[in-house]
Amino acid sequence: MNGLILSVLLQRLGIALISLFIVSLAVFAATEMLPGDVAEILLGQAATPDAVAGLREAMGLNEPAIYRYFRWLGGLLTGDMGTSYVNDTSVASMIGDRLSNTLKLAGVAALLSVPLAMFLGVTSAMFRLSPYDRIISFLTIAVISVPEFMLATGGVLIFAVYLQWVPALSLASEVSSFGELLRTFALPVGILTVTVSVQMSRMTRAALIDILSSPYVEMATLKGASMPRVVLKHALPNAIGPIANAVALSLSYLVGGVIIIETVFNYPGVAKLMVDAVATRDLPLIQSCAMIFCFSYLFLITLADIAGILANPRLRT
Amino acid sequence: MTNRKSTNWTSRDNAMLRQSLHRGATRRDLMKMMMAGGLTMSASGLILGSATAAYAAEPTMGGMIRVAGATSSTADTLDPAISSNSTDYSRICACYNRLTFLDTSGDPQMELAESIESDNAKVWTINLRSGVTFHDGRTLSADDVVFSLARHLDKAVGSKVNSIAAQMSEITAVDPLTVQITLDAPNADLPVILSLHHFMIVADGTTDFSAGNGTGAFMVEEFTPGVRSVMLRNTNYFKDTGPYLDGFEFFAISDENARLNALVAGDVHLSSALNSRALRLLDATPGVTADASNSGNYTNLNMRRDMNPGESLDFVTGMKYLLNREQIEKSVMRGLAIAGNDQPVSPANRFHNAELAPKAFDPERARHHFEKAGLLGTEIPIVASDAATASVDIATLVQQAGSEIGMNFNVDRVPADGYWSNYWLKAPIHFGNINPRPTPDILFSLLYTSDAPWNESRFKSESFDTKLVEARGELDFARRKEIYDEMQVMVSEDAGTAIPVYLSSLDGRSEQIGGLESNPLGGMMGYAFAEYIWLNT
Repeated sequence: MNGLILSVLLQRLGIALISLFIVSLAVFAATEMLPGDVAEILLGQAATPDAVAGLREAMGLNEPAIYRYFRWLGGLLTGDMGTSYVNDTSVASMIGDRLSNTLKLAGVAALLSVPLAMFLGVTSAMFRLSPYDRIISFLTIAVISVPEFMLATGGVLIFAVYLQWVPALSLASEVSSFGELLRTFALPVGILTVTVSVQMSRMTRAALIDILSSPYVEMATLKGASMPRVVLKHALPNAIGPIANAVALSLSYLVGGVIIIETVFNYPGVAKLMVDAVATRDLPLIQSCAMIFCFSYLFLITLADIAGILANPRLRT
Repeated sequence: MTNRKSTNWTSRDNAMLRQSLHRGATRRDLMKMMMAGGLTMSASGLILGSATAAYAAEPTMGGMIRVAGATSSTADTLDPAISSNSTDYSRICACYNRLTFLDTSGDPQMELAESIESDNAKVWTINLRSGVTFHDGRTLSADDVVFSLARHLDKAVGSKVNSIAAQMSEITAVDPLTVQITLDAPNADLPVILSLHHFMIVADGTTDFSAGNGTGAFMVEEFTPGVRSVMLRNTNYFKDTGPYLDGFEFFAISDENARLNALVAGDVHLSSALNSRALRLLDATPGVTADASNSGNYTNLNMRRDMNPGESLDFVTGMKYLLNREQIEKSVMRGLAIAGNDQPVSPANRFHNAELAPKAFDPERARHHFEKAGLLGTEIPIVASDAATASVDIATLVQQAGSEIGMNFNVDRVPADGYWSNYWLKAPIHFGNINPRPTPDILFSLLYTSDAPWNESRFKSESFDTKLVEARGELDFARRKEIYDEMQVMVSEDAGTAIPVYLSSLDGRSEQIGGLESNPLGGMMGYAFAEYIWLNT
């Protein structure tokens, strides 16, 4: 079993390196296709042709873009993510704070949403087609169908503007006590938990129902095993693979895809950093953010696969 | 406040009232104006009382406030030369000072300079205030001013005002408190030019600007680009008045609704750049209000005079008559605009030609001109985009008005990203959006002279070019005004740039904030609000 996990890990590591390289190339190509460059954007309405040429010269943007790309790639291999074109500070320090903010938010949301989703998914699979299952299904699909920005803005209007229970903004820097932490994070975490856990609970329910309809489960039921025993002991281990994948997908979304939550609550995380970087055509920063998102995705998917192998005896041989 | 609602009085009207007050209207004028609008004497009195309450109040000392700007990114900077938006301006206005600043009516006043003088508008002598210190304790001297101004000439700095500064051919320190600037040609506007945000005075030799070491009213406590900044009161500030606040935190909330919500929920005290849609909500919420300010930003319809169909002056004139300026002002902009007369010098500028009336909406007259140009019935594309504020709405109005007189306009709506490099200045008929500039000279040389880098309609006139140079060197205000008036008429009649309205901006504030006034350099007192406002508790 250990050998299998090791070979999965090694294989994944290889794939990860290749994927990261391909992603960086794709991101580079896409960035090159965007109109305007960093000099034009920085100068804005002062971008007369003369001024742009001068700034390009000074920023070293006159050499072919592909050289700059390979210089960045070479730097990355030695652990240096480069220097931002826009404000001349190191990309590593810019990402550092933002990443820890993102991980804080993602971590709390994950801690709440995974158990919640598991509970909802497993129970609604157990009592499928019961009124309980129908209500849960109705609610989860309703939440999935409402765009995240609606939920977030609606949440702010109700809880921050009218009820005034929580602040409208999540100012991470203001937090000094546990109570404040709860108040500050309540709304963004609540909305992330809701949006992420509904996806996971739907997937869990579907995976489990699939297993529950298989002959061996029927056999276990006929032998007189209780409902919870059938579900938890016999069916769930076989469903862990797909469930773990659903969880991994949702969690990787928490790292890179929460731009809407970050925007609505003005929370300084990495997703907003990457959007800034694209808006200013800041190549080293765009690339480094893309690497982080891609890496976190691959990491979580690998974890999910390992969890699947550990849970399912048939995969261990 | 109940009176306000019963008379359908909104904070927009309050804001307009305050603007009229700035322009020198007396209480009696305003009462007359409102009673003409159907308000009773007592209601008018109440409204006037609440609208002008901010004036009567005495400044109070102390308090920290939170201010929300509209844009913020990793490109945020405390380097005045490359500052580019309201967020940067708000910060640099707090920690640095300029040699001069513009007052409410657009006249230059002295700040770090004690006097700026010249006999020929070419060689200028600037006497500095003595005893002004930087935050790090150094005393302001002529060397700092020379360094601050000369930086803009270095292409590597990427200064936003490089082209404006280029005329300063010699900047020398005569003695520790005197600077002499020699221009390559006479320019009477120098005191106004020096009031631009980018010409803030920094300490000699500064290369890292993140400490914000200036002479300003606030010192930088924390500055994280794209996240937030905290500024605390400078106890050694050289002015006797202000700052009143202990400090303020500034961050940007890019989402418009989130910015409004933060203000209404009481999380921020000031919130810039709100949408006019927010007015009703702001009125329904006790404790918050809004101020409109117009500094002359505009969205314009450009018809290139070197391409078909703009080659024909009749087409251009027809389009100017086809713009329903009143509808754009009242419906598209919901009152947050002032009708424009097709030239770039707005009423916020002291050189605005008030006698040049906006062209009235006249489809019949437009039809006559289109017929003369032989263009009636041909399909004419108009490029519009969200990149140029309200341009899609304006284009649609033109299209509708056109269809009624037999003109076939085709509105080509293109994406905002890349608009300025791909369509602006290029398409035969397209929209532009121009930020306010403090002098007619800058506007005209940037946008209308034969060699202007952004000659949007390719307007070319030798007599216009000559007049511009003549006005630039003229020290007599009345004579300059006369020349600029003529030039505004020329642009209004002959250039292919139709400027239907000057757009106002709307800033929201908690009613606890006092002392906020309007300024020709932009909203939030030209972004220099920090040292002038106070917090009533």
